[in-house]
This record gives sequence, structure tokens and C-alpha cells, in this order.
Amino acid sequence: MYTFSNRLKIASFILMAVGVLGIGIGFMAAPTTVEEAKAIVAGHGDGHGDAHTVTEGHGDEMGHGEAHDASHDEHLLHQLQNKPWAALYVAAFFFFMIALGVLAFYAIQRAAQAGWSPLLFRVMEGITAYLVPGGIVVFVILALSVAHMNHLFVWMDPEVVAHDKLLQGKAGFLNGTFFLIRAAIFLGGWILYREYSRKLSLAQDESNDNANFKLNFRISAAFLVFYLISESMMSWDWIMSVDPHWFSTLFGWYIFASMFVSGITVIAMVTIYLKSRGYLPDVNDSHIHDLAKFMFGISIFWTYLWFSQFMLIWYSNIPEEVTYYVTRIADFNLPFFGMVAMNFLFPVLLLMNSDFKRVNWFVIMTGIVILAGHYLDIFNAIMPSTVGDQWFIGIPEIGSILFFAGLFIFFVFRALTKAPLQPKRNPFIEESKHFHY
Amino acid sequence: MASKVIHAFYNDDDVLMHAVKKVKAAKHHIEEVYCPFPVHGLDKAMGLAPTRIAITSFMYGCVGLTVAIVMMNYIMIQDWPQDIGGKPSFSYLENMPAFVPIMFELTVFFAAHLMVITFYLRSRLWPFKEAENPDVRTTDDHFLMEIEIHDNEKELMDLLSDTGAVEINITEK
Repeated sequence: MYTFSNRLKIASFILMAVGVLGIGIGFMAAPTTVEEAKAIVAGHGDGHGDAHTVTEGHGDEMGHGEAHDASHDEHLLHQLQNKPWAALYVAAFFFFMIALGVLAFYAIQRAAQAGWSPLLFRVMEGITAYLVPGGIVVFVILALSVAHMNHLFVWMDPEVVAHDKLLQGKAGFLNGTFFLIRAAIFLGGWILYREYSRKLSLAQDESNDNANFKLNFRISAAFLVFYLISESMMSWDWIMSVDPHWFSTLFGWYIFASMFVSGITVIAMVTIYLKSRGYLPDVNDSHIHDLAKFMFGISIFWTYLWFSQFMLIWYSNIPEEVTYYVTRIADFNLPFFGMVAMNFLFPVLLLMNSDFKRVNWFVIMTGIVILAGHYLDIFNAIMPSTVGDQWFIGIPEIGSILFFAGLFIFFVFRALTKAPLQPKRNPFIEESKHFHY
Repeated sequence: MASKVIHAFYNDDDVLMHAVKKVKAAKHHIEEVYCPFPVHGLDKAMGLAPTRIAITSFMYGCVGLTVAIVMMNYIMIQDWPQDIGGKPSFSYLENMPAFVPIMFELTVFFAAHLMVITFYLRSRLWPFKEAENPDVRTTDDHFLMEIEIHDNEKELMDLLSDTGAVEINITEK
């Protein structure tokens, strides 16, 4: 049995406390009036001041005069008010998505009746324990958005919809009530599968036959069908709809690739951590090697989808589509291209060599870069439409990351203490113990 | 110079693996093992040096990438620039996204084909080559271990029959 070490527990509490502080400062610093917003931008110094002057000059040239300036200032206020919310939402979704990616990986292992991975099942089940608290937090943020506490989703504003023919056309799908109902169905389905599969997994340890194992196989296969549909719709709802005029048909896959590789990375990191503490004695280098192969492969898969989406839109150059990338390349140049380096070049070059995939600290270091890269991926998906060129990775953003990292560590490692780390009666456990590449 | 070799036949890959380990433990040099299909871990058990084909594959991939860049730069930018979809081809860098699929494909193409050709060359395989298998059964359901004899015929015979060989022959090579 694993015991949650006090040091790790205290570390997770410190992360949460520092995180709450950062989030609080973010909300306190957000302006409440147009004047405050202008003062913040004016006092910001180089980077953002410049961006602002450029836009202002642009407004004057267009000859819109004072009316445009006023609406611009209003817009600026909304962007700055959105900032702490968006920071909170990006981090909340990022850590939730790790658990969801692990859930998909786990279900695939179950449905494929994989022989190499049963030793890691308890680690995966521990990570998916975060689905409940993480899912509740994301749901609460979405519910607060529907309640007009923030302007993350512009289509939730009846004022905006009243002047927008496209959004009126989409109102049958994009409306607050249906949005929350869908979110509840997705979260309910994922959590239901997670809890039921975990129950069967524990029951299998104590049983005399393989009935639980077989049932787990069947529900996992069925769950994957539900997951593919719900995950895709979730990505439209929770991420793509922050920019409700823009759409991409492979967006669901794209977000899936991101959560899948983040999830696998976290499985590898937690496994290596537990091994370094003397647990999981039967997990060998070949298991880590396999996880690292998945990190390598899915990183390339992510890049493939990222590029497929980018190239078609770049090439066709249709204004309503290409604006998505114009904003990102103009205002988010460093995070946008930086994430490609972190999510593609870095893992490809570091994990290409077969021997490096067996070196634990190598996997951890690459994993940290991959996780940071995929945080940036979600950041780039949410921020341009919510805070525009006012983005910055500062106190509210880092505070949110720390808070959710603490929450994640606390719930994951607490769940790991609840059951023996090695499944006893999984029919493939012997194969998994002798797995070697 | 004709040398005498001993051929030990096995009909199971697990038995073969154990036999190889035992022969190696007894400090005999295994000349070659002929198998109807690849046996996982056999190279390690035989003490063969690790393959360097992955390194050549990486280098071929780099060659392919370079060929793609040079080729597309010549075809699309220098030789015959066109204006496709409002994107005039006057700069490789600005048109690069359109060439990425070609860069990717040629990288894979070069890596894969040249790696296979390298493998053939290294294994001394070419079209119409006579098979080196000493016994046709190694292409069906038997494994064959070949060990050179240096005046230790009796000792080897005893050792190999202990390892579960189904047949042991001594031939001139």
C-alpha cells in the first residue's frame, strides 16, 4: 500500500495556498472601470503599451473618431476583466484534461486487453480520480460564465447575439441551458465510467473468476464510443466556442491529441516518482520505454493535426477562417511558435533514440517540457478570443497553474493510497511483470 | 579451407533461446542461427553487436529532407515562380507551409528505402542470390544453430543433445 508522504502533501497544500494568493491578486488587480483599464495599459511599459498605441493609431487612421475610441476602451476593459477568469479557466481545463486523457488511455488498455500495462492500472486509476474535483471546478466556471459573471464566451451575451446574424443561427446549439446540460452529460458519463471501472478493477482483486475483468473490457469498449463523441463535442463547447464565428472540423481530434499526450506523460512521471520511492517493484525500464514511445508518437500525432489545421486554413486564406491564425501569429507569436518547438521539436529530438526512452530523468525532463507546451496549447486556444493582445503569463496565470497543480497532486496521490498499487488477480498481470522489450 | 561445422536443429524458439544461452555460457562461439521467423531477443542472447541501422536511417532522413528543400526551392521558387491562391512564390520561407507535406514524405521515403537497401547490402542479399540456408527446413518449421568445430566434436555433441536439439549433423563447410 502506498502512503501519501507528508512532504508531498505539504507541498501540494503550499502550491494550493500560493495559487489561491495568485488567483486572488489577479482578481483584485482586474479593473472595474474604463479609466482603470486605460491606466493599467498606460502604466504597463514597453510590450503592451506599444501594442496599444499601434491599435490606437490604427483606429485614428480609419477615421472612426471618438466613438471608436470609446468602444475600444470598453473592449479593453472587458479583456482585462476576462484575464483572471481566462487564466483560471485555462489552468482548470488543462489539469482536468490530463485526467481525461489518462481515462482514454486506460479505457484503450482495457478494451485492447493489453498485456504490458496492467501493472500501471492503479497509477492510471489514481490520476483519473482527479476527474471528479477537476470536473466540478470546470463545470462551476462554465456555470458562472452562463450566469454572466465573466465574458469568456461572447455568445452568452444576449446583447452581442442580438446584433449577430451568425450567432442567432447557432443559438439553437449555443445557448446557456443546453450548454450546461451537455457539460453535465459529458462529465457525468466520464465520471460514471471511471468510478464503475475502478470498482470492477478492485473487485477483480478479490474475486475467484474473471467476470469483473470481462465486464470491464465490455464497458471500456462501449465507453470509448461515448468518449470519442463526447470529447469532440466538449472541445467545440468549451474551447472552440470562445471564438463562435470560427470553426474547424478536426478540432476535437486536435484537443484529444493534446490531452492524450499530456495524460501519458503524467502516467510516466507518476510511475517514475513512485518507483523512485520504492513502490511498483515490478515495473521495469520496458514499461517506461513504452510510455516514452507513446509520448514520442502522440507528440508527432499532435503536430500532424496542428499542421493539418494550420496549412489548409493558411492556404485557402478565407478571411473568416484565417483570422484565427492572423491573431495568433500577430499577437501570440512567441507562445504560438514556441509551443510547436516544445511539443514537437523537443520531444522528437530527445526521445528519438531508443536508449534515451529508458533513462528516467530524461523522460521526466522531456515530460515537463511537453506539459508546459500543452498548457501553452490550451492558452493559445482560449486567450486570443478572451483577452486578445492583453495576454501575459503573470501572477494570475502562474497562480492558477500552481493552485490546480496542488489540487491535482493532492487528489491523485490521495487516491493512490486507497488500494494496493499492484493489481492482484488481473489475468494479464504475469505477462505485465515479464514484459520486456 | 574447408572447416567442419556442427548443425543442431530445434523445433521451438523457446528451446532454441535456452540452447543459445547454454552454449554461450559454455563459452562456445555460435557461427550463425537460421530461423524461419525473427526470434525476439535472439541477437542479445547470441551476443551480437547492436544494430546501427537506426543511425543510417536518421542520416537518410536528413538527406531526404535536404533533397525536398532543394528540389522545391528550385522547382517552385527559382525555375518557375507562380502565383497560387494569391501567394506569389518569390520566397521559400513564406511558401514553406505548402512544402511541408513534400518535405515530410521525402524524409520518410529516403529513410525507408535507403534503410532497406542498406540492410540488403549489409546482409549480402541481391536478386537471384543462392540462399545460404544449409537446410531447407529452416524456411519452414526448424531452427538451426551452426557452431564451428575445433577438435571438440564430442564435447559439443554432448552439450547440444542436452539442450533439446531434435537432430545434430556434422558437415564440411
